[in-house]
Amino acid sequence: MILGSINPAVLLAALMVAATPILLAAIGELVVEKAGVLNLGVEGMMIMGACVGFIVAVNTGSPIIGFFGAALGGVALSLLFALLTQALMTNQVASGLALTLFGLGLTALLGQRYVGITPPRTPKLDLGPLSDIPFLGRALFTHDIVVYLTIALVGAVWWFLKYSRAGMILRAVGENHDAAHALGYHVKRVRVLAIMFGGACAGLGGAYLSLIRVPQWTEGMTVGAGWIALALVVFASWRPWRAMAGAYLFGGVVVLQLNLQAAGVRIPVEYLSMSPYLITILVLVIISSGKGRSLNAPGSLNKPFHASS
Amino acid sequence: MKKLLTAAVLSAALATPALADTTKVGFIYIGPVGDFGWTAGHDRARQELQDHFGDAVETSIVENVDYGADAERVMTQMALSGTDMIFAASFGYGPDVNAVAGRFPDVAFQHATGYIQEHDNISLFDARFYEGRAVLGHIAGKMTETNTIGYIASYPIPAVVSGINSAYLHAKAVNPDVNFRIIWTYSWFDPALEADAAETLIEQGADVIMQHTDSTAAVRVAEDAGVMAFGQASDMVEFGPNAHLSAIVDRWAPYYISRVQALKDGTWEAQNSWMGFAEGIIEMAPWNDRIPAELQEEADGLIAAIAAGEYHPFTGPINRQDGTPWLADGEVADDGALATMDFFVEGITAEFPN
Repeated sequence: MILGSINPAVLLAALMVAATPILLAAIGELVVEKAGVLNLGVEGMMIMGACVGFIVAVNTGSPIIGFFGAALGGVALSLLFALLTQALMTNQVASGLALTLFGLGLTALLGQRYVGITPPRTPKLDLGPLSDIPFLGRALFTHDIVVYLTIALVGAVWWFLKYSRAGMILRAVGENHDAAHALGYHVKRVRVLAIMFGGACAGLGGAYLSLIRVPQWTEGMTVGAGWIALALVVFASWRPWRAMAGAYLFGGVVVLQLNLQAAGVRIPVEYLSMSPYLITILVLVIISSGKGRSLNAPGSLNKPFHASS
Repeated sequence: MKKLLTAAVLSAALATPALADTTKVGFIYIGPVGDFGWTAGHDRARQELQDHFGDAVETSIVENVDYGADAERVMTQMALSGTDMIFAASFGYGPDVNAVAGRFPDVAFQHATGYIQEHDNISLFDARFYEGRAVLGHIAGKMTETNTIGYIASYPIPAVVSGINSAYLHAKAVNPDVNFRIIWTYSWFDPALEADAAETLIEQGADVIMQHTDSTAAVRVAEDAGVMAFGQASDMVEFGPNAHLSAIVDRWAPYYISRVQALKDGTWEAQNSWMGFAEGIIEMAPWNDRIPAELQEEADGLIAAIAAGEYHPFTGPINRQDGTPWLADGEVADDGALATMDFFVEGITAEFPN
């Protein structure tokens, strides 16, 4: 059997790794959109995290500090977006696109001296006997800590949005900012905090690429991962666990098609590689046409808010 | 009257751009100049061109230009701002180059690895990468211990397909048990995907990785996994000092300089140049020490024979994948057949993508 060379446990393990960067970025953007803000700059914040995380990790010799640096880098870029859209009331779509272009350009400059350098190793988490379990051990318990923390983060975001008071306020702001304002909530403050969280997550996702998955710094290395994360949020109808399922599905498609190809199975790769982008385009068309409501989109998504109105 | 005079001077200046002191040369790239691969190779040549001519040439670049409307816009902008010569450094720019060239007959267009030439101000140029691939295949066939070679390919275009065939034929010639596993990424530059592809190939038993994609990710992954790899378009040894056996390094500079010189001399005309080891357009990165001295000599000999025209990498008998004959014994493939190659040779087990 030609498929005999594919090891399902390895496939599952690779899938989790492939899904982690987009899942990180998607869970951050999900919170941003739940607060009623559409930040299309995910790609820019991811590449910023990839670059800053790499630079910090190389200079400190610690990937953990690198990841913190990446989060800060993402936050820094997201604050620019917050300034533009929340204080200066600019159009969110245009500002987000500009943020992506800016991030790609800035990192090309910042990272210039870091091409060709090897980052410090991120150790695999030692889970002792767990990783010796046949099949499941190799598939689930041989990863670096970021994979597990990402899953924990999805759970935390789910709990936060569903059960915590702060999460409910955030959702209120996203569903109807005028009502939330009338109740005395600080719409802009909540939104800026959400935007910062989104920036941190996108930055971490980017750093996962440059520090663990590839691992090296190359200009423009995110190649559309941020856009896939954006599509994932809508695909998941703004629900955290569904975003994770979507990310794993996407990672699974990527990893499976590579394995099938290597095993010599004829599959329509061109369509598979196209599909995430086609879905992304479709989803962006739906959001911007205002038909998103039927998909469970937050009511005030992509609408500007000013306390005077 | 004054207006008329100005107009006359202006038109004279426009009609003879080659006589102006400074020749403006624009470059559009598919990837970032920092890819350390294909685009980096072109930009190295651009810098050599600049150094060669000094103030007599003014170069400008636009990187990460997508095929289609984006490329057309960038080249139109270049042409409108007085650029005399435009290098479009990727296969897929073909239709865009032809569209813009038709509108700006006074601008000289140089399209890398293209095949569409609808106007007489378009020159096509390409490198015989399959010559380099023959050398890589020979080395890979001898170095592999698992008899499995992983190949990360971009798009099924003739340049990539002939590269796979050439590598396979020469690996097979020295190792009859060799087996190629091929992954198409449908992208020239996607480090994460290329890294995943390399991991998948290694997981499925490959111990030598070849790539026809532009990032350095696969070399990096091979280094980590303790297997061997070849770089692409540039010397990628710093990304995998142990893994990196060699690489086909593109050296476009001599050609670039000759074309700009021709434009300055007023002798530029549309051509279709396909150059290889003989012209020095491709060369091999220094051999890794882990390649035995004997094999290094064989590889050097192969390069010399190809450069001297004594040996052609596609010399029959060669059958197509389905077993039908392609080249008879001793027959050599002509350039036309190589430039349109759309099939695998016999022995490759992967199916050819549509």
